[in-house]
Amino acid sequence: MSTPAIQIDDLTKVYKVGETEVHALRGVTYQVEAGEFLAIMGPSGSGKSTLMNIVGCLDKPTSGQYLLEGEEVSTFDRDKLARIRNQKIGFVFQTFNLLPRTSALENAELPLLYSSHINSKQRTELALKALESVGLKDRAHHKTNQLSGGEQQRIAIARALLNSPSLILADEPTGNLDTKTSAEIMQIFTRLNEDKKITLVMVTHEPDIACYAKKRIYMRDGKIIREEKGREGCEDRAR
Amino acid sequence: MNILRTSRVALRALGRNKMRSFLTALGIIIGVGAVISMVSIGEGARRGVEDRFASMGTNLLFVSPGSRSRGGVHSGSGGWNTLKPEDAAAIEQQCDAVKYTSPSASTRAQVVYGNKNWNTSIQGTGAMYPEVRNWELADGTYFDESQVRVAAKVCVLGSEVKKSLFEDEDAVGKIIRVKAIPFRVIGVFKSKGESGGWFNRDDMMTVPYTTVMKRLTGQEYISSIDISAVSAARTKETQTQIEELMRIRHKIAPGAEDDFQVRNMSEIAEGAAQATQIMTILLGSIASISLLVGGIGIMNIMLVSVTERIREIGIRMAVGARQKDILLQFLTEAIVLSVLGGLIGVFFGIGLSKILHYVKIFSEFKTTVSPSSIIMAFGFSASVGIFFGFYPARKASRLDPIEALRYE
Ligand SMILES: Nc1ncnc2c1ncn2[C@@H]1O[C@H](COP(=O)(O)OP(=O)(O)O)[C@@H](O)[C@H]1O
Ligand SMILES: [Mg+2]
Repeated sequence: MSTPAIQIDDLTKVYKVGETEVHALRGVTYQVEAGEFLAIMGPSGSGKSTLMNIVGCLDKPTSGQYLLEGEEVSTFDRDKLARIRNQKIGFVFQTFNLLPRTSALENAELPLLYSSHINSKQRTELALKALESVGLKDRAHHKTNQLSGGEQQRIAIARALLNSPSLILADEPTGNLDTKTSAEIMQIFTRLNEDKKITLVMVTHEPDIACYAKKRIYMRDGKIIREEKGREGCEDRAR
Repeated sequence: MNILRTSRVALRALGRNKMRSFLTALGIIIGVGAVISMVSIGEGARRGVEDRFASMGTNLLFVSPGSRSRGGVHSGSGGWNTLKPEDAAAIEQQCDAVKYTSPSASTRAQVVYGNKNWNTSIQGTGAMYPEVRNWELADGTYFDESQVRVAAKVCVLGSEVKKSLFEDEDAVGKIIRVKAIPFRVIGVFKSKGESGGWFNRDDMMTVPYTTVMKRLTGQEYISSIDISAVSAARTKETQTQIEELMRIRHKIAPGAEDDFQVRNMSEIAEGAAQATQIMTILLGSIASISLLVGGIGIMNIMLVSVTERIREIGIRMAVGARQKDILLQFLTEAIVLSVLGGLIGVFFGIGLSKILHYVKIFSEFKTTVSPSSIIMAFGFSASVGIFFGFYPARKASRLDPIEALRYE
């Protein structure tokens, strides 16, 4: 069997706020195979974002082990983690997190600014291709604040795709979008997962959205409490 | 990220806030401009002084009353009134390294010709003055020994006095009045090409020193003696000879203080150059303060900019920017601001020194913009950018990616 994309073992995360300690993760063990599409669900404050940040190499666990494609990254320093984020991981956020007053193209090519060996011509080419794949080629020179929420999220997806990552992490990607736009975004995700075999992990509140994924896990109080596979629990939902 | 790419990102970021970027750079523009123009004035003054002394001749010496050690303060025996015309005569006869001497006694007075008036300096000199001072006449002749002996009422005009009183008319042979005494003009000096109010050697006239003493001021002593050595190489020897002779003539006991001092031209030139050097340093340092203030302005704006762009920093970190990349980006913004400011400041400074040249009180110095002052100001402004940009840049690079992303 091939190396799992994500392998986490007894992860904990403790935040210190003044005197008190907040246990955001209380021992999470899980494994995501390459090419999977996983949704993480659970009430607010259950530790979903904390888990995503650690998996996304933006944060480090307090204890436990994390192997990303077989590589022990929980011991990496800041610069090594930045490299990993740049080369292997694409992020999509609820609030889009695009640079304001900047064109779609410039936003999309951002990850390539931090990877060497690519000149500006190639960069523009790759960014245009990524924008095309999310259906935004004709908006390349629009500033982000002139675009709709759905369009902004698609720029964010294009940006996430730019370094051809093996893993895309999306933290409530449809949280700020209407139902129709959400469906469009989910179709893009499904296509990326099925056609490009990109591993996808997505946090969401909405059962409808979660059902686009092939697997769902439920969190509560910093722990995984349940796992569903395939169409389990989604029988009555349209796709 | 390479330098080119970083600079482009920095330029783009600065371009998003053009007005603010310009105002920030303005501090550096003014600072660099001030340094360059101030130093150019100082340099101009130094060169002006050097040229002036060089044109007087390097074999020139002066004997003046008063002791060297007590500087400008003179009290008790001696004081200012110790030099007599006989001292000059004795020096010329007895010191073999001396070529000519010219006693000097001076005053200021109103000079009148027809309905024209001119207030000028009246220098009493010996007959050898043009030789001693290495100064030729444009017209007429200088007075001779016999005219000095009889305190003749003759005069030689500086070119500016001539112009003021006679304009294009011939001056030689005309009669002018000084303190109601008629003087015959017998010569006109060549112009030294100086203008303005300070040390203008064209704005003066000479008469025999005896005439100043007997007819104009009534003083019995001369104020100094101009001396030319036979050669520039022998000025040191000349100085010693004069000192020995004067100590005997003035009956100064061994070990006692002299009541006169002998200085040579290079000594005086050195002193003057030193004074202008100090002026240059002073002007330069005052101007540097404005450069420093400009640097603090950059730091201030960069700190504001880092706070405003915390989210941007978070986004960049999320897509793979390392600490080094963020540090470099903000540092480059600061450097681009200060270097662009410095560049504009260089042109501003050059322009300013050109304009200052036309301002009356600076007009007699040729303001010279030296390459070294440009390099210095430019290098200084770049280092100001690095120095004051570093702290905000480091602050930006040390942000936690998650906190930065979450920042509202
Ligand atoms: N930076 C932080 N400092 C302190 N507490 C935090 C921090 N981030 C998250 N938490 C706490 O950790 C818990 C889990 O948060 P989070 O992972 O954001 O939950 P979710 O995304 O599931 O809503 C919450 O109780 C939250 O208050
Ligand atoms: Mg969350």
